[in-house]
Amino acid sequence: MTIGILIQIAQTLLAVLLAPLLMGWVNQCRAWLQGRSAPPILQPYRTLIKLFHKDAIVAHGATPLLRFAPYVFFGCMALAAGIVPMVANDLPFSPAADVIALVGVFALARVFMALAAMDIGTSFGTLGARREMLVAFLAEPALLMVVFTASFVANSTQLTTIVEALAHRAFAIYPSLAFAGVAFWMVAMAENARIPVDNPTTHLELTMIHEAMILEYSGRHLALIEWAVALKLFTYSALGLALFMPWGIAETGNFAAMPLAVLALLVKLAAGGFALATIETFLAKWRLFRVPEFLGTAFLLGVLAMLVHLLLEV
Amino acid sequence: MSQSLYLQVVNLLSALLLLIAFAMLSQRRVVGLITLFAWQGLALALSTTIVAYSTGQHHLYYSAALTVGLKVIAMPWFFFRLIRQLDAHREVETLFNVPTTMLVGIVLVVFAFNLAQPISQMSGTVTRSILGIAMASVLLSFLMMITRTKAIPQVIGFLAMENGLFLAATSATYGMPLVVELGVALDVLVGVLILGIFFFHIRETFDSLDLKHMESLKER
Repeated sequence: MTIGILIQIAQTLLAVLLAPLLMGWVNQCRAWLQGRSAPPILQPYRTLIKLFHKDAIVAHGATPLLRFAPYVFFGCMALAAGIVPMVANDLPFSPAADVIALVGVFALARVFMALAAMDIGTSFGTLGARREMLVAFLAEPALLMVVFTASFVANSTQLTTIVEALAHRAFAIYPSLAFAGVAFWMVAMAENARIPVDNPTTHLELTMIHEAMILEYSGRHLALIEWAVALKLFTYSALGLALFMPWGIAETGNFAAMPLAVLALLVKLAAGGFALATIETFLAKWRLFRVPEFLGTAFLLGVLAMLVHLLLEV
Repeated sequence: MSQSLYLQVVNLLSALLLLIAFAMLSQRRVVGLITLFAWQGLALALSTTIVAYSTGQHHLYYSAALTVGLKVIAMPWFFFRLIRQLDAHREVETLFNVPTTMLVGIVLVVFAFNLAQPISQMSGTVTRSILGIAMASVLLSFLMMITRTKAIPQVIGFLAMENGLFLAATSATYGMPLVVELGVALDVLVGVLILGIFFFHIRETFDSLDLKHMESLKER
């Protein structure tokens, strides 16, 4: 049990510390593919350190909510990173929430960010918050359909059981999971404010979604938010890996497999980051009113995955 | 074990066929539509080949070869040439917007799956559960023909419907007799050629490939 708790802490720390590295890797790949000279892979860490050293300036008339929200955001993401199996399965913390509660944790973080963006009452903050909620309310049912499909395949909504069922049972091809995987990818692009939905590097206020919400933040608050955004990308990637390619995650109580599991995680994340950068290079940001169509397609794929599972795999 | 692996791959390919049917429904451009149609034909041919190999039904090889020859190579090439000559690669016009069409499509899939459940239980083949997917893709192609106003997408919908029918035949009874399949393939080929000639005549008469102009053709 003590060893379990230690590994739990180590895994969560690994996620929190490696998250900016994944962000740096994606940025680097994107720069290479676009023919620019790439920023160093450690650039996100430097940005974080710089921001932590700066003073945080808070607007007049801001309520405590504005200061409070970055901590809630970061806390939610760290909690989610603790729940998703990344290196080891069935850690002491994983029974705390199943996949549905995990979707709820993401929603909680988003609600706080949207409320904080509306707090001061600047027009860009409000605009960003409303757009974020539009994207979120379309993405959430699609994400739920995806996790329901995986739950149907494994007969449980516990992530531990899903990973156990998919990674360590006899190999089988699940067409439903292929559909759900594509749907999950689309939802992850929307939720992490990546390119067809939102441009993470934009400086044009009228097209911003996520960036418009955090315009008012500075100093350590902004650093926490940036870090939490990186952690969100990391956790979403780990969730996708746990649901669709869980091979390599160490079995319950098998500590010898853990170094290999870390290696597998790093390789899978590097490949996933490169794929993300490739897709972002080939796509342009869509107009906001095409986003419902994009996420509607994701929802449709999720429903289709469930139907195909019921028809072919029962 | 290997038998069930073949079955899983066939299931995957037929699910892919259904996915492509949905993608065709959402596609806005004629060029993309033709490419998707070619991919659908390839998925059908692959699944037919695997069924042929795993069950030893040799005439299915001919069926797969026909599918590749006609639907993956000949017809897409013909359509690409046609849209170049007709200069018709503008956007496809749909009657409803795409998300509505997709939702209707989901309802059709649920309907087809429910409809196929009792029928597929009567069939004795290992691939019988695919019948629902085949019926769903037939209905989706129907939907595409209904919601498109231009001539070329309607013809592609018709051909995609034929893909679904072949899948149904393969899954329910290991394919139709070879004579029937040859006949159907020839019919489709001739049909497409004649429709290609029709396209030119429609455009000459109405200056457009939009079929709603044909509603004004009434005898007085």
